[in-house]
Amino acid sequence: MKSITKQKSPEEIQQALQGMERVFIIGCGTCTTMTKTGGIDQVVEMKEYLQGLGKRVTGWTVIPTACDDMTEVAMKENKQAIGSADCILSMSCALGVHRMNLYIGKPVIPAQDTLFIAVEESPGYFREACEQCGQCLLGETAGICPITACHKGLVNGPCGGTNNGKCEVDKERDCAWTLIYERLKEQGRLDLMKKYQPPRNHHIALKPRVLRI
Amino acid sequence: MVSRFRDALNSGKFVITSEIAPPKGTNLEKMLHHIDLLKDRVDGMNVTDHQSSVMRFPSLGGCLAIKEAGGEPIMQMTCRDRNRMALEADLLLAYTRGIRNVLCLTGDAVPVGDHKEAKGVFDLDSLQLLNTIRELTSGKDLGGSDLDGAVEFCAGAIVTPEAQPIEPQLIKFEKKVEGGAEFFQTQAIYDLENFSRFMEYARQFPVKILAGIVLLSSARMAKYMTENVPGIFVPQELIDELSGVPKEEVLAKGIEIAGRTIAALKKDSICDGVHIMAIGREEVVPDIIAAAGL
Repeated sequence: MKSITKQKSPEEIQQALQGMERVFIIGCGTCTTMTKTGGIDQVVEMKEYLQGLGKRVTGWTVIPTACDDMTEVAMKENKQAIGSADCILSMSCALGVHRMNLYIGKPVIPAQDTLFIAVEESPGYFREACEQCGQCLLGETAGICPITACHKGLVNGPCGGTNNGKCEVDKERDCAWTLIYERLKEQGRLDLMKKYQPPRNHHIALKPRVLRI
Repeated sequence: MVSRFRDALNSGKFVITSEIAPPKGTNLEKMLHHIDLLKDRVDGMNVTDHQSSVMRFPSLGGCLAIKEAGGEPIMQMTCRDRNRMALEADLLLAYTRGIRNVLCLTGDAVPVGDHKEAKGVFDLDSLQLLNTIRELTSGKDLGGSDLDGAVEFCAGAIVTPEAQPIEPQLIKFEKKVEGGAEFFQTQAIYDLENFSRFMEYARQFPVKILAGIVLLSSARMAKYMTENVPGIFVPQELIDELSGVPKEEVLAKGIEIAGRTIAALKKDSICDGVHIMAIGREEVVPDIIAAAGL
């Protein structure tokens, strides 16, 4: 499972850093390294870019996994360089930004937009697989998630926009319900598709969702 | 009398419905003209609901205009823009204003339209919307609360007889029948042999089927639809027929093709009626009806 990110445009980053001359950069050794958006190479590139803008980079680090408690240790190790910066520029996903915010009062500015949670299906190909809806249907849909894989998140079968197994929003994309149909048929379980699925409960876990164990 | 349209469906006559496209803006002149032109010639007028995800004057507003003109509206309702509360509330309003027919649709995807950054709602789907109507008819809402005054609608849905693969669509069709759909308006059909095969299957269900007739206004449009519109297949002979006439006669040819398709459907009692979609040329619908000999 990977958190998929896209680096913000240079203009957006420049805008977000307006008035902040001294910057400390934090990358992540897990997801943003895998997607090549916030690993060592991108952090070094960012450092050079900011220096080109006339900013002072007080230091940088790449935390092995920016969303867990190693972040606190890494930030302590870099206390001095972080202390002399006006802000942290985070090149992790938003989960890392949240982590960093727990340990520092200074602004933590995201250099990334966090897009979705994905599985790496083949090297370099990340596919959104779960929206964490809280009512898993995979057992009834042959392991293909209609909430995630259908553009409209339909639970009662395909819409009229499907054509030759493709989706109306993009001819290159598979229609989730054609895939579900084919696989259920193969499994001899088409009856599952004939079952009426009532409207979904959007408050299974009340937003914002929390869990304490 | 619940619905004049339902009475027409149950009368055994060959039913004709047509489509009214609301304007993008507040100038209702053209829409009102089309309503006036068609209200006494068809059994019901569908008003589209932000068709192709392009924002327009609302379906409910168009339906009220039809009521005021003395016509019979069929309110198209998609699940793209409203959550279940808003859909239920609009059904209550529609009922109190005399609207008695609803066509339940899932709705096109947002990115195909002109508000590409909007949120697609899809809190319900077409089938769940049909079930919502059933619930409101029983005097309850989807929250389980009692209504002070229920609704009664003639509810319908759509089906795409030319979809590939067809079986997933038929499974959904049967779920819609079970969900209370009394009538179906189909996606455009051109190949009567294919459509007849679909009708042989559909006849086993206690629902009325109105075949979708989309006016072909040029060979280019016919080709475009075949290549780009899901579930529409225009046979090559029809495309050739359209390209074989001079430019100024193409529209007349399109009207002739639509008319003779309708006439053939009626002659052999293939289905219960037709739903004519003239796509922006609603003023020629009377010509299509005349060309069909109706």
